[in-house]
Amino acid sequence: MSTHVQFLPKINTDRRAFVLVGALAVLWIGLYNSLQAIADWLTYDLLRFGVDDALGESLNFFVYDVPKILLLLTGMIFLISLLQTFIDTQKVRAVVEKRGEGVGNLMASLFGALTPFCSCSSVPLFIGFVEAGIPLGITFSFLITSPIMNEVALVLLLGMFGWQVALMYLVSGIVIGVVAGILLGRMKLERYVEPFVFNVKANRAAAGFEVEKPTWIERFAESAEKTREIVSKVWLFVIIGIGIGAAIHGFVPEDALVNIMGEDAWWSVPLSVLLGIPLYSNAAGVIPIVSALLGKGAALGTALAFMMSVVALSLPELIILRRVLKPQLLAILVAVIGVSILLTGYLFNMVM
Amino acid sequence: MLQVKVLGSGCSNCQRLERETRAALEAGQVAYQLTKVTDYADIAAYGVMQTPALVINEMVVSSGRIPKADQIVTWARERE
Repeated sequence: MSTHVQFLPKINTDRRAFVLVGALAVLWIGLYNSLQAIADWLTYDLLRFGVDDALGESLNFFVYDVPKILLLLTGMIFLISLLQTFIDTQKVRAVVEKRGEGVGNLMASLFGALTPFCSCSSVPLFIGFVEAGIPLGITFSFLITSPIMNEVALVLLLGMFGWQVALMYLVSGIVIGVVAGILLGRMKLERYVEPFVFNVKANRAAAGFEVEKPTWIERFAESAEKTREIVSKVWLFVIIGIGIGAAIHGFVPEDALVNIMGEDAWWSVPLSVLLGIPLYSNAAGVIPIVSALLGKGAALGTALAFMMSVVALSLPELIILRRVLKPQLLAILVAVIGVSILLTGYLFNMVM
Repeated sequence: MLQVKVLGSGCSNCQRLERETRAALEAGQVAYQLTKVTDYADIAAYGVMQTPALVINEMVVSSGRIPKADQIVTWARERE
């Protein structure tokens, strides 16, 4: 603990943090807006590729997309992490507690969308909800939307497919959580929850809460650390994914995939969902490839179903949930999520 | 002696909180005894819904994040 830091008043350090973050934001925007110009200059002026050269086109796509996606990831994950520092779980629970089926499911699902799914919070949250007497169906809405909505997937969709598709992913994830939660809630599945969950009684009187609100500088530091952690985990997958995507972009003929992944191939949706299950850790690399495939005739619903299955259904998640749910309930949960994703895929193939 | 507890199922952030708490308290020369609480039922009994959480003398002082070292020492001194 260095003593000289304490001589600075708190407001001053907070202001400094704002100035630093503001300056970084300006730099970020400037860089982001000049990416296409830099990529064009690099491929067509410096390396002198012809405009209709397939290799040049692939290279241009790669040197534009890699920095763009990495910049987007860094900026957006920072913003999302900052938003998360404002979520007070105790307050959220108190609000959800007062709501019944429907509104309660929607709120729990929205909360799930904002909370990352991990062993650090998902299981304690599940227990905390049940302990507060929140119905199982509402708790499930949280538990279903939370793994479907992945912040890295959301940012990649935003960067590679545009905000409309990112919004569609967000809305579908929430709708699936609400509908599946209501459905599961009516199935009376309490007997398939590990019994210890119902026996937990939080002794709030003895173990008091004196949790202080973090300062802005702490929020910024925390978000920066989280961003560094997430980006360092996925950047390599993103580059490899974009590399493969760039090759597809330049060398695979237009409409090559219409028959395999187009909307007329009904079996492509279930196939994509099945393929997506084992690909969990590579979600960051899969999305750029899917994006390139989409340009070659793959259907959007199929692509969306594939991505949801990549992020939502995976072994590590099931192992975490096994701590509180019996195998029968895990199986039901997987089936419900799987069917919901399938329906979403078909729906978007029909509508788009 | 200060009773310090780190609540968390053993995820990487929980281990980091334990390391940083030990380092902070030793640097601040606070006498303490640290216990790790890893059982989900025991964690929930503290009313904590986001781990890692830090408990000092049975009072939950932080949840879902890793506080700064000088903050940990301040909390410890207040309760010594």
